[in-house]
Amino acid sequence: MRLDYPPNVRIVNVPCTGRVDMLHLLKAIENGADGVYVAGCHEGECHFQNGNLKAKRRVAAVKEILKEVGLEPERVEMFHVAASDGPGFAAAAREMTERIRRLGPSPVRGAAEEDPLWEGGGAEAMST
Amino acid sequence: MVVAERKPIEEILAMVADFKKVLLVGCKGCVTVCCAGGTKEVGILASALRIARKKAGNPLEVVEHTLERQCDPEYVDQLAPMIKENGFDAVLSMACSVGPQFIAKKYPIQVFPMLNTTFIGGALEHGVWAEFCQSCGNCIIHNFGGLCPIARCSKSLMNGPCGGSANKQCEVSPEIDCIWHLIYDRMVELGKVEKLRTVFPIKDWSTSRDGGPRKIVREDLKL
Repeated sequence: MRLDYPPNVRIVNVPCTGRVDMLHLLKAIENGADGVYVAGCHEGECHFQNGNLKAKRRVAAVKEILKEVGLEPERVEMFHVAASDGPGFAAAAREMTERIRRLGPSPVRGAAEEDPLWEGGGAEAMST
Repeated sequence: MVVAERKPIEEILAMVADFKKVLLVGCKGCVTVCCAGGTKEVGILASALRIARKKAGNPLEVVEHTLERQCDPEYVDQLAPMIKENGFDAVLSMACSVGPQFIAKKYPIQVFPMLNTTFIGGALEHGVWAEFCQSCGNCIIHNFGGLCPIARCSKSLMNGPCGGSANKQCEVSPEIDCIWHLIYDRMVELGKVEKLRTVFPIKDWSTSRDGGPRKIVREDLKL
């Protein structure tokens, strides 16, 4: 389909979003990612029964932790995109990038680590 | 098992506010099973603390380690080289409250509990735990169809139910089953309901906390 999506999104492949651990999301934030989102299958369509629902609950738990440490919970998100839905994947990437751009760079990156080329929206996506 | 849950991160951040380097110690015993203080929870808390302190511009170095158990001195002894050589400001224990006490007894360093030790219980399902025992020191559950009226009745009634029992629920909360309702059902199921006509005598609480902190000594096991 040769669809465009924002180049700042770095994709980490997982066999199923059920493999995504809270630590994967937290480590990305800890190491300076401006946002992390998980792109899993639609609810009820998990090949492994409920991996996407597990991921959804873990994303919710990480949002709570971010709230507790004073970071915007919107920096992590769960999207449901079918494996064959290229336009949906690109739309999720755009939505997350726009959201991160609004929120600004992650305050977890110290001044010394600040990227002078930041244009808004360095996000990591975990996708099946 | 001992069931515990992590303290709010805000409370933990206040504890470590003045520190630059801490040792966060998990436990592979009960708190691993109840997902409160095992290796994974140590990783999550360490990451959360680092994020919070990096954000505040005052980074905190968190060294992670998980012991086999924190309630046996031989495992707590294993922390000696780490504590001696690394210049930690404090040790944060993710065990039940036995762990931080064992560490505090052994090492001249400040120790902070990361968990609230909540009860002796079991898992009802994944992610749900409930209280089943109050460690009264003299188990009598065989008189009640195998169900404990001390831990599981809000009033610890030995001759229940009370007037607050309605629709199988305790008046304290609709979330709490009336254990006396369950005891009755169970005794009917066992064909022993007539036994409930006997008034259970006043319980001897001397085996509980009435005699102060308790101790068990087994001469046959001493080295």
